Amino acid sequence: MVKLILRQQEYEVRPGMTLLDALKKNNILPESVICTRDGELIVEDEILKDGNVIKLIAAISGG
Amino acid sequence: MKCRVCGQKAVINMRQHNLSLCKDHYIEWIPEQTERFIEKYEMFTREEKVLVAVSSGKDSLSLWDILQRLGVQADGLYICLGIDDIRPQTDVGLRYSYESQCLTEKFAAERDLKLHIVDVQKEYGANIPEFALKSQRGRGKPCSVCGLVKRHVMNRVARDFGYDVLATGHNLDDETAVLFGNTLTWAGEYLLRQGPVLPGIPGLARKGKPLCRIYEREMLAYALLCGIEYICDECPFSVGSTSIFYKQLLNRLESEHPGAKQFFYLSFLEARKSGLFTGREEIQVELHLCPNCGQPTSAPGLCSFCRMVSQ
Repeated sequence: MVKLILRQQEYEVRPGMTLLDALKKNNILPESVICTRDGELIVEDEILKDGNVIKLIAAISGG
Repeated sequence: MKCRVCGQKAVINMRQHNLSLCKDHYIEWIPEQTERFIEKYEMFTREEKVLVAVSSGKDSLSLWDILQRLGVQADGLYICLGIDDIRPQTDVGLRYSYESQCLTEKFAAERDLKLHIVDVQKEYGANIPEFALKSQRGRGKPCSVCGLVKRHVMNRVARDFGYDVLATGHNLDDETAVLFGNTLTWAGEYLLRQGPVLPGIPGLARKGKPLCRIYEREMLAYALLCGIEYICDECPFSVGSTSIFYKQLLNRLESEHPGAKQFFYLSFLEARKSGLFTGREEIQVELHLCPNCGQPTSAPGLCSFCRMVSQ
């Protein structure tokens, strides 16, 4: 499985789908996050592989 | 997805620009864009002294980094607001100001940059949460008090140290969220004042927002790719704020219509330039000088900041 982590929330998706599909499946707007894997930025057409852990960093901030 | 410039693997895709770039070309592209907007809106020249308001967030630290890359003479200003230990039961907000200051000092020291630090508690006798408690303005949430204090201090330091312009890290999402709020209420006076640059007047420094055309997501990517250590925690008082809600709404719009936020902001600037918000007569606000601090104020007597501090 592939794990997506956004703040304290974790989501799981099946390997083989694109990052864009994984985000949409979990109702996460691609415009609202930057996605990283092993500290590297990845873009929406990346095919997710089994065991991938994708950290999503929210773009919106206040203060 | 490949970098449009070199064909290497892209690290960011910006649908609103129909552009994807690799790390190296993205780190070049953001300063180029920033420089273009500084010139387009005549914010400042290379000969002028710039004071950058730095909070330790991704936007302001990245702005300082970009100005250095562009060869602009830019010093930093960190305002210690005293937002620490306010919600120990949830661990939220613990040492927010302290950690922000440490990150800003580290950033400046590593690059040998000049940093002014103003501690609100030490200089004015109370921190932001305390001012909010005793002030009518701060009832419910201290954000209004915080804004008032920051504007006063930024202007004071710019004036006292002879800076030509004050630069802030407001990005396009900040600007469109404010614009959206002001449009919902047709706040004409605020709409008239919003823009990439606010000209200086006697007693008030010129203000510029070099990142006003750059998306918040793009700034986040820049900070991450440049390895800038910024404060990841939100200001604890901003949780649930209207501006964050507006940003979320606008991102939904952007998701369906890439470029919508940029179009909203640019259309507004064009409409304002063509006189849409002035009506038949120009709105003139008469300004007075505060007898205590000397900064301009809209009514005779003490300005809002000095009234709050004297309470």
